[in-house]
Amino acid sequence: MNLPLLSIITWLPVLGGVAVMLIGDGRASLARWAALIVSLAALGFSVPLWCHFDASTAALQFVERLPWVPAVHSDYYLGIDGIALPLIVLTTFSTVLVIIAGWTVIEKRPSQYFAAFLIMEGLMVGVFSAADALLFYVFWEAMLIPMFLIIGIWGGARRIYATIKFFLYTFLGSVFMLVALVYMYLKAGSYDLAALYQLPLDRTEQTLIFLAFFAAFAVKVPMVPVHTWLPDAHVEAPTGGSVILAAIMLKMGGYGFMRFSLPIAPDAAHSLDWLVIGLSLIAVVYIGLVALVQTDMKKLIAYSSIAHMAFVTLGCFVGYEIVAATGNTSGETLALSGAMVQMISHGLVSGALFLCVGVLYDRLHTRDIGAYGGVINTMPYFGAFMVLFGMANAGLPGTSGFVGEFMVVLASFKANFWFAAVAATTLITGAAYTLWLIKRVVLGPVGNDGVASLKDLNGREFFVLGVLAVAVIAMGVYPKPLTDVMEPTLRHLVQLMSVSKL
Amino acid sequence: MNQILANSLALATPEIVLVIGASIVLIVDVFLNDAQRGISYLLALATLVVTAVFVAALPEGRNVGFTGMFVVDGIARFLKLVACGSVAAVFLYSRDYLRVRGLFRGEYFVLALFATLGIFVIVSAGSLLSMYMGIEVLALSQYALVAFDRDSSVAAESAMKYFVLGAIASGLLLYGISIVYGVTGTFDLASLAVHTQLGAGTNVGVLFGLAFIVAGIAFKFGAVPFHMWVPDVYHGAPTSVTMFVAAAPKLAYFALALRVLAEGLAGAVGAWQQMLIVLAVLSIGVGNIVAVAQTNLKRMLAYSTISNVGFILLGILAGTPAGYRGALFYTVAYVLMSLGSFAMILLLSRKGFEADRIEDFRGLAQHRPWFAWMMLFLMASTAGVPPFVGFFSKLYVIQAVLDVGLTWLAIVAVLFSVVGAFYYLRVIKAMFFEAPAGESVDESSVSFKFLLSLNALSVLALGLCSSLLSDTIAKAFH
Repeated sequence: MNLPLLSIITWLPVLGGVAVMLIGDGRASLARWAALIVSLAALGFSVPLWCHFDASTAALQFVERLPWVPAVHSDYYLGIDGIALPLIVLTTFSTVLVIIAGWTVIEKRPSQYFAAFLIMEGLMVGVFSAADALLFYVFWEAMLIPMFLIIGIWGGARRIYATIKFFLYTFLGSVFMLVALVYMYLKAGSYDLAALYQLPLDRTEQTLIFLAFFAAFAVKVPMVPVHTWLPDAHVEAPTGGSVILAAIMLKMGGYGFMRFSLPIAPDAAHSLDWLVIGLSLIAVVYIGLVALVQTDMKKLIAYSSIAHMAFVTLGCFVGYEIVAATGNTSGETLALSGAMVQMISHGLVSGALFLCVGVLYDRLHTRDIGAYGGVINTMPYFGAFMVLFGMANAGLPGTSGFVGEFMVVLASFKANFWFAAVAATTLITGAAYTLWLIKRVVLGPVGNDGVASLKDLNGREFFVLGVLAVAVIAMGVYPKPLTDVMEPTLRHLVQLMSVSKL
Repeated sequence: MNQILANSLALATPEIVLVIGASIVLIVDVFLNDAQRGISYLLALATLVVTAVFVAALPEGRNVGFTGMFVVDGIARFLKLVACGSVAAVFLYSRDYLRVRGLFRGEYFVLALFATLGIFVIVSAGSLLSMYMGIEVLALSQYALVAFDRDSSVAAESAMKYFVLGAIASGLLLYGISIVYGVTGTFDLASLAVHTQLGAGTNVGVLFGLAFIVAGIAFKFGAVPFHMWVPDVYHGAPTSVTMFVAAAPKLAYFALALRVLAEGLAGAVGAWQQMLIVLAVLSIGVGNIVAVAQTNLKRMLAYSTISNVGFILLGILAGTPAGYRGALFYTVAYVLMSLGSFAMILLLSRKGFEADRIEDFRGLAQHRPWFAWMMLFLMASTAGVPPFVGFFSKLYVIQAVLDVGLTWLAIVAVLFSVVGAFYYLRVIKAMFFEAPAGESVDESSVSFKFLLSLNALSVLALGLCSSLLSDTIAKAFH
């Protein structure tokens, strides 16, 4: 079988999205089904991607390479390794769920809604599969337009403020990356990522390039103090937009650190790791406390996302300290796989929590925690799901949330006791804000008439949350298939990180 | 001698055809009544088509005629073809707009054709004198075009401003030319190049003249601090004239900068590079920041033009072949995008109503989603968001600037383009996020809509396959 699988998964949703848009709002039901079929097809095509992936090598697989912009020696060059594969599958998987979740909820311009998500899907897959830096950048930036429209058209009351803030923040971060990429192209003569990995750079260059990438990726993750766009964007976005933002777009920051910052500027990453580790630990503690005082459910989950993503950045950069403390790189691989597992897990858990909030919002049209209470009395199935995802968010063993955090904390312990100690406070704050949220929303006596009139999940909602619940538990109990796929790639990454370019 | 003259005339066939065509339109139009005005329109279009055919038939390689005054090379041929195309597009776009406003008169086409002739002369200029002649033909036609709507006092005012400031700029340019001539003793760009390479490039007299020439070029381009006329002219002129002024002449001014600075005064590159850096930074900065404050789309696009001019200057000031190619790519992409943007204003305008405020685009996505998407393409492209052609044009000039070690300049440019993204987003916001203000009336012809769609889609297509354009440009420079 020699289908260009990556191109199919990238372009099928984009073209499908255009087709769905052309179907138009007049035939909304047809548009919905078409969108579902396209997204299922994309998910279907990612199955052979997983099955035929050779997990014993770090080399790029499913490679497609065609000349694209010969003037700057940039190729249409796709290929995936063990880091990209899980994220691509997460993308195609989440998109299907988002489309099902928005099935009847979206009444305003439905065909454009579904089209926007399909186009997003294609572009996000493009980001993860690009092996050419310019192609990566094009996908990376192109993604902003559909997301801008999703938040701006279907969002809440302050959607316009939120979406413009989102766009400008991310755009500002990325233009620095563009300058860094062009600079390296002029030295290396190619945008091929492999060539950039080999490019020798002195310390000043590395530092500046690292900071340029840091601007792009730290905004996307997001890290303190450039996280302020996220609560706004998450709160104002429609449910589907929040899910895609949390599940996929935040991951691009972590992915960018692994794909660009660490292998391209290893020495600068080493000498500046205190910055990232420091900001990550601040995020864990400070943002955890901020989450505690939120009164808006979406905002609470948004802040919890920032705290959880801090484990990803911690896992990416704590490796240098581990090597310095223990002298071998085994802990480094552990930290990186912890970061990866945390990304996938957070994608599932936060996506699920946003869907839960969406379920409530569709019924009572408020996200205010005070407006709920005792939901479990009228919505027992929903209550069960929400409790499960809350537990996963708090990092309960047996759920996916535990695995990644545990791996990162364990690895940090090898570097420095205090890193681990501070990071582990998430077990307290994370549990505090999540459980308190659950207590106030789900448990207790029926809070008011609105809650008393609630109807439990319909089949569609049950299906979406059920699938996510299965995934969360499966990953929590048996994460080995996932870690096995990434293992060789991460080893290779550790090698690239530890070879000085000076 | 006759043979030489015949060769020279052969090189100038496109210009000759253009003059004849313009004259025919001028004469024929006198005998037409208002109902038959379409004939002038068709004749003007036919003139452009025939001219383009003659341009395409010009001999390959670099040919010089009229004792060095007239040069036909790859760049000249390419720019002339693009100019024909963009002027033809302006005609096609303008027809309905002019007709509805009672401005559908032969003079519009005659003046535009003579302006095109000016563009042709500039891009083929081999000497400072022929260049100046082209500039004046272009400028005088444009002054008249801006004032073309006689009953509009705003148009008359902006034409007056344009004329007075333009005359000063011409004076500056001519003064600079005369000083350079006084020092080097030649108008010929090729021998000027030899002189400056041999040491005249650092001669104080030449540098003094250079400063005036750069100021003249900056005025024509509309670069800060010589930009004062741009917003008033763009705003005051009838939209179909604004469209003309915004698009095709930029090609000529690019050629002007290329021929005078990069070819003629190549030996003084160090000096004009410094001057252009100042102009570019100011243009990108002021253009983008002031555009944020505009509520009128034509004014906003005027400031956007100023910032785009800054980017074109970035490519030129790099002083490398890659920089010139990047600047030309940028210019062509800009022409394409500004044609489309102004055409969107024409699309929404109708009798007695100019859709030139951003709020006139409110809710477009609801009643005319297709054209809202086309405008989104154009705005995103101008903002420099990939995968549209505007991204690649910015990429090429930034690459050229980084290549000569001006990293800080590249960073300043990209930072201001983030500022710029804001006001393009505002248009998208009005179209997609806000409710329509009133009913929109669809009065445009099918051909107009087709051309506009083609225009906007080409912005996407040339982004996805930017090598289509960049290869053509590389060939033109070869």
